[in-house]
Amino acid sequence: MFVPCGESVPDLAGFTLLMPAVSVGNVGQLAIDLIISTLNMSKIGYFYTDCLVPMVGNNPYATAEANSTELSINTEVYSLPSRKLVALQLRSIFIKYKSKPFCEKLLSWVRSSNFARVILLSSSHSYHRNDLQLRSTPFRYLLTPSMQKSVQNKIKSLNWEEMEKSPCIPEINDSEFCIRIPGGGITKALYDESCSKEIQMAVLLKFVSEGDNIPDALGLVEYLNEWLQIIKPCSDDPTASTLRWKIPSSWRLLFGSGLPPALF
Amino acid sequence: MAATFFGEVVKAPCRAGTEDEDEEEEGRRETPEDREVRRQLARKREVRLLRRQTKTSLEVSLLEKYPCSKFIIAIGNNAVAFLSSFVTNSGVWEEVGCAKLWNEWCRTTDTIHLSPTEAFCVFYHLKSNPSVFGSCPRKNMQITILTSRHVTEYKTSESTGSLPSPFLKALKTQNFRDPVCCSLLEQPNIVHDLPAAVLSYCQVWKIPAVLYLCYTDVMKLDLITVEAFKPILSSRTFKGLVKNIPQSTEMLKKLMTTNEIQSNIYT
Repeated sequence: MFVPCGESVPDLAGFTLLMPAVSVGNVGQLAIDLIISTLNMSKIGYFYTDCLVPMVGNNPYATAEANSTELSINTEVYSLPSRKLVALQLRSIFIKYKSKPFCEKLLSWVRSSNFARVILLSSSHSYHRNDLQLRSTPFRYLLTPSMQKSVQNKIKSLNWEEMEKSPCIPEINDSEFCIRIPGGGITKALYDESCSKEIQMAVLLKFVSEGDNIPDALGLVEYLNEWLQIIKPCSDDPTASTLRWKIPSSWRLLFGSGLPPALF
Repeated sequence: MAATFFGEVVKAPCRAGTEDEDEEEEGRRETPEDREVRRQLARKREVRLLRRQTKTSLEVSLLEKYPCSKFIIAIGNNAVAFLSSFVTNSGVWEEVGCAKLWNEWCRTTDTIHLSPTEAFCVFYHLKSNPSVFGSCPRKNMQITILTSRHVTEYKTSESTGSLPSPFLKALKTQNFRDPVCCSLLEQPNIVHDLPAAVLSYCQVWKIPAVLYLCYTDVMKLDLITVEAFKPILSSRTFKGLVKNIPQSTEMLKKLMTTNEIQSNIYT
């Protein structure tokens, strides 16, 4: 359930909800971190559930000593009212059998808050790509039918690739085709539920492999930015994109502590 | 999937923990019998509050029966040893209840007759000041959590081998206004499991709470690790609770010797 930081629940009607799926490479979560950090979004509350592994730590977006001591938990909600944006960040993995209840609680909150639309940032295993996908851009999008009506033209103008259907059961030759997102966590479940509940949802994902997924996250936010224009689009120089997004201070030591000098 | 240097392709664990394909399959194949088994398992795993080491359940919630202003919870053998020697050893503490739980990791299938060596939790309250509760969210309550972690879990730009362990770090909720007895846990370090669950709850429901976390390189009961918690004795919560420190240190030494496993020629 949503618990506000302050005394009253803020009015989020008409806002766009950005959220990650806990997926391969944690790309969606890294992307949301970049968005919250770059736009300096303020925390407005918590999405408190028992569906994710508990974790706490100090402010992951701290920029100075003064703001570094605010406690953060595993599911937090941030907003930027001037752009009518809300970001939900998930910082840990789902407890077994709890992902479905989480999807239900989340979509129920989406409807009760009257969000205009939900944009889900996700990723999928790159080794599952077919030959065509290997040769094309690694970014894909999916829209629920109710979303298609409102943004189809804009998406068409961006020349984006829609996520292709693949055989539901790969081993069987004449199996039916459906959307499969291996490694996408709750992406498919949320997408299917949103379709049936007529929620306006867009899924933006990238084919990735586990490893240093920071470049993938930067790629995904740039992809999102083509549409939403969160930050001003710049020249064609690809290296410039890295500088436009603010890396959070908590992204230090992603691969562990320093090495003992005696090793060398 | 990942390829090794020997040319094999192995299934690498996904950092995001997505076993989604398996879960989807489970959902499709689930029969009413499966659902019933799962329901029964969930019931078995429920945490039960019992009165004073007996088998009778507490009729009302523990905090309704014993409202308190200070709730101290120790998690792990070193934190519990610290609390037993320095706090519950001073003054008269009365056992008011216990919590028993079972999950698939317990080595026993009997959920009722858990022995003291199994995972469980005992609640004590101070007889002279019943509002202090050792071992629920009311507005005037302050919560202190003590636990320890292995020093290799601490992320730093130096090597963890060079750290002066054991050392104490703290995390506090927004509403906790008292000074802390050590430095705060810096990013990118995080805490998970039970201490994180308690602290998350307190942060969300605006309860003042502080977690004191001892990073140590000895995970079993250890004198030096337990003594690393000593700085918290000067905090507001513990002032007045701790009477005789030399006596407590003696008590601690006794606890160590009773818990020592007889060494054999292999150690």
